[in-house]
Amino acid sequence: MSAQVPVDPRLVSDAPGPKGAWVAWRRRLAQGELGSLPVLVGLASIWLLFSFANPRFLSAVNLTNLMLQISAMGTLSVGLVLVLLLGEIDLSAGAVSGLAAAVMATLSVQRGWAPVPALLAGLGTGAAVGLFHGLWMTWLRVPSFVVTLAGLLGWQGALLSVLGATGTVNLTDEVILALTGTFFPPAVAWGAAGVVIALHGATVALGRRRRAAAGLPLPPWRHTLMTVAGPAVVIVAAVAVFSWDRGLPLAVVLFAGLASGVEWMLRRTRFGRHVFAVGGNAEAARRAGIRVRGVRVAVFTLASTLAAAGGILAGSRLMAVNQSSGSGDVLLNAIAAAVIGGTSLFGGRGSAWSALLGALVIGSISNGMDLLALSSSVKFMVTGGVLLVAASIDALSRRERQAAGRA
Amino acid sequence: MAATPLLELKGITRHFGAIQALRQVDFEVHAGEVVALVGDNGAGKSTLVKTLAGILPVEEGQVFFEGQPVRLTGPQSATALGVATVYQDLALCDNLDVVGNLFLGRELTARGPGGLDETTMEVQATQLLRRLSVSLPSVRTQVAALSGGQRQSIAVARAMMGSPRVVLLDEPTAALGVAQTRQVLDLIRRLREQGLGVVVISHNLVDVFSVANRIVVMRLGRRVATFDTKAAREVDVVAAITGVDTTESNPRLTAEAP
Repeated sequence: MSAQVPVDPRLVSDAPGPKGAWVAWRRRLAQGELGSLPVLVGLASIWLLFSFANPRFLSAVNLTNLMLQISAMGTLSVGLVLVLLLGEIDLSAGAVSGLAAAVMATLSVQRGWAPVPALLAGLGTGAAVGLFHGLWMTWLRVPSFVVTLAGLLGWQGALLSVLGATGTVNLTDEVILALTGTFFPPAVAWGAAGVVIALHGATVALGRRRRAAAGLPLPPWRHTLMTVAGPAVVIVAAVAVFSWDRGLPLAVVLFAGLASGVEWMLRRTRFGRHVFAVGGNAEAARRAGIRVRGVRVAVFTLASTLAAAGGILAGSRLMAVNQSSGSGDVLLNAIAAAVIGGTSLFGGRGSAWSALLGALVIGSISNGMDLLALSSSVKFMVTGGVLLVAASIDALSRRERQAAGRA
Repeated sequence: MAATPLLELKGITRHFGAIQALRQVDFEVHAGEVVALVGDNGAGKSTLVKTLAGILPVEEGQVFFEGQPVRLTGPQSATALGVATVYQDLALCDNLDVVGNLFLGRELTARGPGGLDETTMEVQATQLLRRLSVSLPSVRTQVAALSGGQRQSIAVARAMMGSPRVVLLDEPTAALGVAQTRQVLDLIRRLREQGLGVVVISHNLVDVFSVANRIVVMRLGRRVATFDTKAAREVDVVAAITGVDTTESNPRLTAEAP
């Protein structure tokens, strides 16, 4: 039975070498496999535009500020990516982030808790809320839109009640403030960057060796080199910028660490695979023996915990938690970031990196317009326009994929 | 053919409200044979297969596996016995690749912190697909990009993942073109060659005659006739399906006791 299977003659096979790779890449683009290309092009044009309008935009100080500004919202966005992958929505993320920060702040300031228990209590608040949402929607089969919309209102009320009459709690604990106030000196930053790049390279090389040992087809060398060199270039550039300014911010390390941790979970663990399966075809996942309800509850718990982490980062940066914490455009920006970054609203497609990329786009628009002293009316309209374009690119490329049989 | 059937149902009766979907139905499949289950809509084919697959609990009647009485309490118990089902809607995740779909719900994890063992899964998937002579561009292709016949082949291959003894296929060729149908029928023959018992529901008598060893005809919840494919004529099968009595004109048809 080990007869060689004949290769399907209808298969398009590309010429070897760079020319073939170029042709294959062009074909994938034409068929709607855009990947991160639109958001990278968009980000590059936004940066180009703002740097012409105001040269300070691309200065090390401003880029560091930009990364600090997006860390909190981006962390929320990482959680929303998880929810969107299931084809669900979490409208309560903003309110939960505010509530978690308020719980942490009151425990730390008014009850005098030590920083670590207070932080854990804040994260635990988020986890408990997410667990409640997840159980409610899976047991009673209420759509996530409704449950989390109720959460948006309810947890906003809980935030006000926790903050009490004063309405503002100023954070004084050094550890909590250090979450966003710490900058690692260049020596530490470069060392960490070297370790990360080396670990990534070693993982890729090990994977390639395993495939070779198992006799599986290997990707071309230039592809493997790109997977190592691409992230390495980005990391080196980022550390260079941070070192030029105040140093590598801890908040950015936390945000990037959470994003890469979630990405690892999605791509490399059974749970992550099940998240994609439930988002792609819940009935198929159920018949394959996956506990679909369990996956849903776990994802909502995780997303709300990430929202709590984002809220804590935001509070730490503001040095206070007040009645408007987590309200306003926080939630909508976080959802927009996930979608702009390329996570599909239809479920089953996306990555944690899209939160990072999308948050960069939204943060850049906001930051650049602040530099140009434009009013927030313009800011809102431009951000809305960018979201509309991004979601339309998603829908259009989906149509192309379907036409080309790739959806 | 072995004397003891691999999987056997005796006297199965099933009600849906006031309807008797199955009335005292006996059914058996042996190792190394393909049994086609034919009948008009509402004849009880799908109900019978769902009973075999453990989705519908047995109300009345007995189930035997290799001669031993067994209880089917759910899809898991059927799977544990070695009964795999390929549903009509295939139940594939379009956004996952072929390897991901084949191992869905039974992913292999590497020792240590590496997480999923993609290498071993890809090796096993490649071996399985080669054993079944399924031709694919790459096992890393997203299932969305595959043709209908290839998707059907993947669904059948996934049923093979747990090394089953019996495979149930619900309308495997319903939505397929000529070439793709042939691909799937070839696949069914290979399952038989490997000693599995195969049950195929189909409306397409041409397919049934080309692939099945025996044809079991259902009508209005009863098993009304059984044909040996080699000796049967299509017109007689059609007559049994529609209920027009042709027993006297055709001595080869073995009408069964009602």
